[in-house]
Amino acid sequence: MSARPTTNLLLSGVGGQGVVLASYVLSQVAMAEGYDVKQSEVHGMSQRGGSVTSHFRFGDKVAAPLITPGTADILLGFEALEALRYVHWLRPGGLLIYNALQINPSPVAAGLATYPADIDAQIAAAWPNVRRIDANALAQQAGTIKAANVVMLGAVSGALPFPPAAWEEVIRRVVPPKTIDVNLAAFRLGVAAVATEVV
Amino acid sequence: MSEMLSGNEAIARGAWESGVRLAAAYPGTPSTEILESLAKYEGVYCEWSPNEKVAMEVGTGASWAGARALVCMKHVGLNVAADPFFSAGYTGVEGGLVIVSADDPGMHSSQDEQDNRNYAKFAKVPVVEPSDSGEAREFIKLAFDLSEDYDTPVLFRTTTRTSHSKSIVESGERLTLEPLKKMKKNWTKYTMMPANAIVRHPIIEQRLATLAEYAETSPLNRMEMGDKRVGFVCAGASYAYTREAFPEASFLKLGMTYPLPKKLIADFRAQVEKLYVVEELDPFIEELIRLQGIKVDGGKGIIPICGELDPGLVARCLVVAGIPGVEESLLAVPSPVVEDLVGRPPTMCPGCSHRGVFSVLKKLRVFVSGDIGCYALGALPPFGAMHCSTCMGASISMAHGMAKVLDPPADPRDKVVAVIGDSTFFHTGINSLMDVAYNKSRILALILDNRTTAMTGGQENPGTGKTLLREPATEVNIPGLCRDMGLKRVVEIDPYDLKQTERVLREELAAEEPSVVIAKAPCVLQFRIRVPAYRIDADVCTGCKRCLQAGCMALNLYVDEHGDRKVEIQADQCAGCGVCSQLCKEEAILPPTPGGVGLRTPKGREAQ
Repeated sequence: MSARPTTNLLLSGVGGQGVVLASYVLSQVAMAEGYDVKQSEVHGMSQRGGSVTSHFRFGDKVAAPLITPGTADILLGFEALEALRYVHWLRPGGLLIYNALQINPSPVAAGLATYPADIDAQIAAAWPNVRRIDANALAQQAGTIKAANVVMLGAVSGALPFPPAAWEEVIRRVVPPKTIDVNLAAFRLGVAAVATEVV
Repeated sequence: MSEMLSGNEAIARGAWESGVRLAAAYPGTPSTEILESLAKYEGVYCEWSPNEKVAMEVGTGASWAGARALVCMKHVGLNVAADPFFSAGYTGVEGGLVIVSADDPGMHSSQDEQDNRNYAKFAKVPVVEPSDSGEAREFIKLAFDLSEDYDTPVLFRTTTRTSHSKSIVESGERLTLEPLKKMKKNWTKYTMMPANAIVRHPIIEQRLATLAEYAETSPLNRMEMGDKRVGFVCAGASYAYTREAFPEASFLKLGMTYPLPKKLIADFRAQVEKLYVVEELDPFIEELIRLQGIKVDGGKGIIPICGELDPGLVARCLVVAGIPGVEESLLAVPSPVVEDLVGRPPTMCPGCSHRGVFSVLKKLRVFVSGDIGCYALGALPPFGAMHCSTCMGASISMAHGMAKVLDPPADPRDKVVAVIGDSTFFHTGINSLMDVAYNKSRILALILDNRTTAMTGGQENPGTGKTLLREPATEVNIPGLCRDMGLKRVVEIDPYDLKQTERVLREELAAEEPSVVIAKAPCVLQFRIRVPAYRIDADVCTGCKRCLQAGCMALNLYVDEHGDRKVEIQADQCAGCGVCSQLCKEEAILPPTPGGVGLRTPKGREAQ
């Protein structure tokens, strides 16, 4: 087998959106496919409604657990503002997939600032290689809004070298047994969304 | 078996395999998950101690009884535990004793970024540093052996990135343990009165010399020879970053950074043209190498002393110094696409019981001496109602010091208010309050009892009625404890009742003696408390934004179809606490109707 270079996937979102669980699924899938994996996130204060990121890297041999700005192959944004905030972490030509969801940051909720009204236009102008999906609506369609993070995984799966069976096996293993069908449906809706919806 | 583990989970795994019998800690980011993880294994007693000093003493006692013991804390916890840590350095151990200090370069969740390797040198004990989860498991096992073989506690230093990054770990079996029957008596070794301690000191100095010999051939240290034009000396996360930035270079990768292997370093130096030391925070390794008279071509002169490193930063700093072999893709420094994008700082959760308290404190315009916990968010907009906050337990004692030198307040609102959470009060606030009672200062101590250690993710504490191992426990009676200290004014309030909170705080500010106000309401996040969402009558709302002073994520200001400013409640976010409704002067914010949205069992507030 030829050497597989390291792939960098940055996940960004808001504390409580399931970014950590999504990273866990990614890690398990990559590991099952025989890759070396390193993944890093920060716990603690940022969990309280703050901006969160998770760095996920896989390849034949991965040294550092951190991605450097300007070198991410893919940015998976779980919220629009948090997608725009990290666009510059992408390498030239990198892929941005983001959830159209808008969550007010605390300065907006307190009336001290405004949420950018033209956020989608700003993102599209900043990064032509972009896919925008409504992961929350698709998750609701699958059965629960809580599966929005799994929709996001489905959306990014086409850009990663892991077979569908590997994703499904891991999802079956890590989600609560009662929610397996809903999560698998959410994953498939995410796959289909990126195949069809392009800004 | 291969598993994807965080550094903290790998430490727990390795400690368990090492036959650790006892582990004690106080929660603190980024160390907390070590004990949370270890508590799930069979055959090891784990506890949340009230503070790190207690944890260190519990671990030392277990070691002296012959058991392998693990003590875990965040970096600043070792400041609290320093006294017994230094003593254990003198006495040595029976069973292996390993102290994990999880440092936080970059201050992701801390008040400073002290480099705790300095403690190893200070207390004359060895320090071991892993670079990833695989090493965390392997090195903690070596650390227990090292502790017993050299009769010393071992400091095991991680950083946020080694503790919280995940990588693949191969796990093994647990050692078989013999029962421990009773204490052996060896009073000259373990009774540190001067006559005995004087005997111990030269033994400790000799131990360091012996450990330095061990370091020469220890599996903790290794040379990785590549391009000999440049050699890097690295440890911990900085090794991973530098390896990423200079994939072909030569490395002396140190897993034991005190004491250092002099001959090994000299040998490495002789093989490379230039030698650089890349380490996070202090020039700890660099200074020790220079002290040995070995030439270092660069260290903290080119690598920042402040903040966290990353592969790009290491690449850019070293390429400026003309070092060959850099990974070119790491050199770009892209700017954010939009300057001044609105930030997303952490904030109190919807329904948080601290929200009402800080709304009232802001209104009263008092000086608030704060402490360490979620309530430190009261310092941020829109509250701005915390004016100092440094270390655990300091709120009350610092307020006491302030009150002792300020004139007696002419206006009651000039009285200093201390704000502290339940777990922080148990940690080191009790002694402070005892000082207030004993030495009589006119402060108001406000204890926010949310029935958990919330900031670190909801750990049990001496007030919660449960232990780390999920066994029932006695609950400290906070008002009873305050009264037993001799404080006469001890009042309990419902922090969701703004009128009551304001009335009581005004009364206690006016009092001529110290008083304690206890706001008792369980953490909504930890106990998953949600009552039906409130709603806003858009016809009544004037868009005055007074409710936004609650700083709640469930509130959203919008402009309606007539161009009028209105506020709405996002029902999926609202936890039904009603604080915004009490701030509204127009009675536009209404309690939920039966069967409304956001319904869940209202077990929380009713259950109090």
